[in-house]
Amino acid sequence: MEPSDALKLLQNGVPISWYLTLSAVLFATGVAGFLFRRNIITVFMCIELMLNAVNLSFIAFAHQHRQVSGQLFTFFVMVVAAAEAAVGLAIILTVFRNRSTLNIDEINTLRN
Amino acid sequence: MYKLWLIPALPFIGFLINGIFGRRLSKTVINAVAVLSVVLSFLWVVKTGFASDWGAKELHSHYFTWIQSGNFRVGWNYSVDKLTMIMLMIVTGIGSLIHIYSTGYMAHEEGYYRFFAYLNLFMFFMLTLVLAGNYLLLFVGWEGVGLCSYLLIGFYFVKKSATNAGNKAFIVNRIGDFGFSLAIFLIVVNFGTLEFRPVFAAAPGKPVETLTAIALLLLVGAAGKSAQIPLYVWLPDAMEGPTPVSALIHAATMVTAGVYMCTRSAAIFTHAPIAMETVALIGLATAVFAATIGITQYDIKKVFAYSTVSQLGYMFLGVGVGAFSAGIWHLMTHAFFKALLFLGAGSVIHACHGEQDMRHMGGLRKYAPITMWTLLCASLAISGVPPLAGFWSKDAILVATYQHAPWMFWVGAATAGITAFYVFRAFFMTFLGEYKGHGHPHESPASMWAPLVALAALSIGGGYFFNVPKILSGMFPLAEEPDNPMLLAVSIGVGVLGIAIAYYMYVVNTELPARVASAFGSLYTLVYNKYFVDEVYDAAIVHPIVEGSTTVLWHGVDQGVIDGIVNGVGYQSRGIGGILRLVQSGNIRSYATWVVLGSVALLLVLGIAKGAF
Amino acid sequence: MDLFAFLLFAFIAVICAVNVVLQRHPIASALSLVGVMGSLAVLYLLLGAEFIAMAQIIVYAGAIMVLFVFVIMLLNAGTEERRGRSWLAQILGLPAMLALLGLLCFFAYRSFPDAGFAKFGDFRGGTAAEVGMALFTDYLLPFEVTSILILIAIVGAIVLARKELE
Repeated sequence: MEPSDALKLLQNGVPISWYLTLSAVLFATGVAGFLFRRNIITVFMCIELMLNAVNLSFIAFAHQHRQVSGQLFTFFVMVVAAAEAAVGLAIILTVFRNRSTLNIDEINTLRN
Repeated sequence: MYKLWLIPALPFIGFLINGIFGRRLSKTVINAVAVLSVVLSFLWVVKTGFASDWGAKELHSHYFTWIQSGNFRVGWNYSVDKLTMIMLMIVTGIGSLIHIYSTGYMAHEEGYYRFFAYLNLFMFFMLTLVLAGNYLLLFVGWEGVGLCSYLLIGFYFVKKSATNAGNKAFIVNRIGDFGFSLAIFLIVVNFGTLEFRPVFAAAPGKPVETLTAIALLLLVGAAGKSAQIPLYVWLPDAMEGPTPVSALIHAATMVTAGVYMCTRSAAIFTHAPIAMETVALIGLATAVFAATIGITQYDIKKVFAYSTVSQLGYMFLGVGVGAFSAGIWHLMTHAFFKALLFLGAGSVIHACHGEQDMRHMGGLRKYAPITMWTLLCASLAISGVPPLAGFWSKDAILVATYQHAPWMFWVGAATAGITAFYVFRAFFMTFLGEYKGHGHPHESPASMWAPLVALAALSIGGGYFFNVPKILSGMFPLAEEPDNPMLLAVSIGVGVLGIAIAYYMYVVNTELPARVASAFGSLYTLVYNKYFVDEVYDAAIVHPIVEGSTTVLWHGVDQGVIDGIVNGVGYQSRGIGGILRLVQSGNIRSYATWVVLGSVALLLVLGIAKGAF
Repeated sequence: MDLFAFLLFAFIAVICAVNVVLQRHPIASALSLVGVMGSLAVLYLLLGAEFIAMAQIIVYAGAIMVLFVFVIMLLNAGTEERRGRSWLAQILGLPAMLALLGLLCFFAYRSFPDAGFAKFGDFRGGTAAEVGMALFTDYLLPFEVTSILILIAIVGAIVLARKELE
């Protein structure tokens, strides 16, 4: 990066595309956790991570377009995530009660 | 203004009323509807006759355009000329008499209303056939009478032999209709129209090969409908139907449709000499062939059936040698005496309580005198004894045949002798001698013998008073007839000879027939079994077709190919489903992987579509 | 100044996110997730979304993550076992994830080359007043629907998690 570019950055702030890239990285990390972890609760947390990444994207676009709608969408995403977390954890409790395992690979009776 | 449509419409209305409501109507009402519809139609024909000076003034009515395709039009046209007038009088007149007769004959039968409904429907189609002004409408009537024939032959549908006979009649007719259809196609291609007047006007200008092809195909159709060789086999089996049906359809009207059609197409036939010769030869061969079979049969209706085939052969012979009006004359007189013969046979069967085998009859002169005297008139007429009806028409045909080819005359004359023989054989076996059956025979009711008397009167005087060649002389110019008394003598002589031999063999020396039969041994067996024609057809044509159809079409095509394709599609679906099912492993992580892969693919596609790369 | 703040907290967020994935004990993952959410809240502040940032801390980090920790404690989830049985995830998972990451970054750079800059203070529309105004006028229906959604979630969670009746 040339000094003029760095100066531009210092003067103008952070490019929006950097926020989007950060969002992508967080999302990909969430996907990785979802695919590779075996504990159900950890998988659930990776889902929350993905949702947060998306929230960041929305806020960034809200800033870019100078509209509050993006932030409202984030609001709704949070509400839904809360509801989903509640119900999902209740399901995990039930599954644990019936199966006594938290290994996601062993919950496969819906096969074929 | 002439309301020609009333003529076929009245029986059609009768059919509708009897067909739809007949189940709930009483016999009297059914009778009234059926008989009245035909009698009224007859009266209207008479009125039309007077209005048109008996066909001298040609009437043409166009009702609506049925088909219009480019330049090709077919209209629902009725037309009346002298030939049509003759046919109309025959069809409605004899139709009325037979309807009256049926009220008595069918009085104790099941399905009473159904019979009369079908009979009225038949009248409608036959009248359409006769009134038609173009080939297509004629074909409509042609097919319709074939349908009614099937329905009526198989009237006693609980009998397997009856339904088989109905099927046989329809299928053999179909073969003839195929020829007719091809002829119609050729006419459309070559003449551009199917209306009679334009076609006959343009016929002389067409090449001989075309006209010959059309004429031969028309002959195929006529041979099917009018029971000529090789398509005659359905007519004897058609005797399974009730006797009035045999009289009306298989003697007087439907089977004559072929002769009528050939006469109507005279313009085409006369310009195709090869076809005319073929017609004559087929007619002659059929006449002789059927007559020989008739002398051996014991079922009274079968004798008359073969007689019909033989007499139709005579009509075709007349048409083939160019004597069209003689052929129509014979059509008319034959309608009189053959209808009488069949109705009389019906009366005999009724008298003997359903017995049809002549070996169990005999001596009926004491019990059914009216039937006997009327049948005597018919038998004399068919044998060509002057001055009864049959003599005039048969003589006209034979004279014309002699002028065409003398050898044909001698064969025809011999056949006339055989005709006389078998008819009087039947007469003597039935009415003379001693009664050999069971029970008490009795005379028929008035509703049955009254038409017999009317027909007997026509058989006696019909030939002399209705001189058809003179009537039709406008259409078919009278030929110069050299005065050859020999022909007259031969023609009368063979008739008398036939009667005499029959008298000797069946009245005087009743042992003789059995001895003659055993003397001829295998020849007798051959003729008695109708030359095994049905068996030959069965083996050569029917059996291979049925076997081929079963093996190739049913097992091969239907079960193998079509069911195979349909079932195969089903199996394939199942197979693919079975493979796709493996994705459902129940493992959440693999599902998630699929989701990620899918979203990657989606992003790629979107990116390419939006041109981001 | 924005730049340094962004870089710092982005770095923290990524580190914590990777930690969520790599830790073996669920509690450690949960705490790392709290860290991610905290740094994200700061980033929201930088982008002018004050209300959302506070909501993030209060709701997400304060309520949802606490719920997670409660459940982990309730179930006494220990360290994870090593057994795994999904061949598909193991073989295709990494390439798929990398492909996804690559595509997203590619799109982020290609589709938004001149998306502009985010300077702290450029957007003042994220105040509680603004958010409330939009929420109760333009987006009133979704708001009401989400309240019903929460009600359903409450009922569902209670029904699912209670002890079975004898």
